[in-house]
Amino acid sequence: MTTLDIPVRPITGDIDRPRGGPVAALARHSVALARRSLIKTVRTPEALIDVTLQPVIFLLLFTYLFGGAIAGGDRHAYLQFLLPGMLAQSLAMGGIALGQNLNADIEKGVFDRFRSLPVARSAPLVGAVAADIVRYLTVCLVMLGFGTVMGFRVETGFVPAVAAVALSIAFGLCFCWISVWVGMLVRTSGAVQGVMFLLVFPLAFGSNVFVATNTLPGWLQAFVHVNPITPLVATIRGLLVGGPVAGHLMATLAWMAGLLLVFVPLALRAYARRA
Amino acid sequence: MSDLVVRAEGLRKRFGKTQALDGVDLAMRRGTVLGVLGPNGAGKTTAVRVLATLLRPDEGTAEVAGIDVLRQPQRVRRRIGLTGQYASVDEDLTGTQNLVLIGQLLDLTTSDAKKRAAELLEWFDLAEAAGRQAKTYSGGMRRRLDLAASLVGHPEVIFLDEPTTGLDPAKREDMWGVVRTQVTQGASVLLTTQYLEEADALADEIVVINQGRVIAHDSPDGLKRRVGGLTLRVRPADPSRVPDALRVLDAVAAQGTSASADTAAGARPGAVSVPVTDDYVLDEAVPALRRAGVEVTELALHLPSLDEVFHALTEGAPQANQQKEDELV
Repeated sequence: MTTLDIPVRPITGDIDRPRGGPVAALARHSVALARRSLIKTVRTPEALIDVTLQPVIFLLLFTYLFGGAIAGGDRHAYLQFLLPGMLAQSLAMGGIALGQNLNADIEKGVFDRFRSLPVARSAPLVGAVAADIVRYLTVCLVMLGFGTVMGFRVETGFVPAVAAVALSIAFGLCFCWISVWVGMLVRTSGAVQGVMFLLVFPLAFGSNVFVATNTLPGWLQAFVHVNPITPLVATIRGLLVGGPVAGHLMATLAWMAGLLLVFVPLALRAYARRA
Repeated sequence: MSDLVVRAEGLRKRFGKTQALDGVDLAMRRGTVLGVLGPNGAGKTTAVRVLATLLRPDEGTAEVAGIDVLRQPQRVRRRIGLTGQYASVDEDLTGTQNLVLIGQLLDLTTSDAKKRAAELLEWFDLAEAAGRQAKTYSGGMRRRLDLAASLVGHPEVIFLDEPTTGLDPAKREDMWGVVRTQVTQGASVLLTTQYLEEADALADEIVVINQGRVIAHDSPDGLKRRVGGLTLRVRPADPSRVPDALRVLDAVAAQGTSASADTAAGARPGAVSVPVTDDYVLDEAVPALRRAGVEVTELALHLPSLDEVFHALTEGAPQANQQKEDELV
């Protein structure tokens, strides 16, 4: 080791004030931390399997397994029905990895360093969530791209399709706070996956993703109607293959706001408590 | 303005059934190294986590750099650097990316953060590995990167929680060099360690913690004096004169003790040791040896090693020592 002199910090201005005020600082710190998550994603592309290969396999399996039986043998018609639903399902499942990663970061002590730095308490979580945009965008592109190869066609137009993608990403960003919260609460990243599957599976399958709701028994219909995935699927369907949108969109946006209002504070509190 | 850069009073913290901190007082003078010694589970890490704003104590107050840790943690965070017990570098990021991220979180501009990262990587001999992911680093390199990360913001107070655990001796001495340099540049360092040798080499003052309580706070020499007193050691040039040396040295032995031949395991035989009260005994011992015609190749006064001090302190009843401590801290 050399004994090169390191200059002592030149004191400029008030070191107790974050540069540009607290809001600008939170944005800047979150971006820096999101960049960190993105670098990790680029370095370990295999961590993207759950938003690339997995939805593709699900789409193939369900289209060819059930397509013949469900839509009167018309697989193309079933694909048009199924794909928007599979997209919503993949978004919900795509958030699980986030909670696992955050849990692992905390276990490794990386977050101790962040907590000893003068950043807003929420910055490490906000940054990690923001980086997840890339994963949700990937899901959308993979589903639409591979779906097109399988014969899926957008029946509405370019603008509604873009709106569907934007809504999907936004929903993913709201829904993943559940995973963040669970990631702060449970002890191991394996347990995060277990708990989240338990939560997400009933929502993803007990919905209008695979079959029309009116074919279900009454009690299940009741569940489907209060499931946040249901209005999302209906909205994406409307935006991609046509059908009513406005009412479903309102319900979806309400759910998104509700998810944020409940789970962001819960996640932040659980993060603060985690020593 | 107080010359104490770390001051903690009555810190208590309980985790479930474990009382991790049971009324810890700490004081560190500016520009010094305070060594916090203690066996595993003594509460050292908990104390550091409280001071570094990571953990709120159940009771007690703490000030770092003159700022209340509990009331204004963000202001404290701008003035401290922390290196935890486990190297907390991000393995997927390169050395440079790790340090630039810390710089950005400390509100440096991106170009300043890059400059600072390059400077620190150079200083810690990591310049060549700067562009490699930290997961490819050796254990020693990770520790260095971790330490570099804690220095990005030119901290006034540096907390090092067992910074050399698991490092080989040469790497450990490199670390010591870093700590000393930081202190000469005006920083104050609080370091926890299980290595007495490390505390002895670095610390201006030592705090011994056991079972969540401070059982001693003194300079290394002061601690040694409190426990064992001085030993005079003489090695006759001619090993057959050992009995004569024993007889001569018995005359200067502290009350109730006598000289003995060194038989400790690993010690080279042929030396004689005697507990003495102070260094004036040299005035008697040296002429007496000459009169007896015993030539010596070694004649030295020793304080007990910190090992002995540590064991004496931690094996004794901590409560008995507590009262003495209240006067010292």
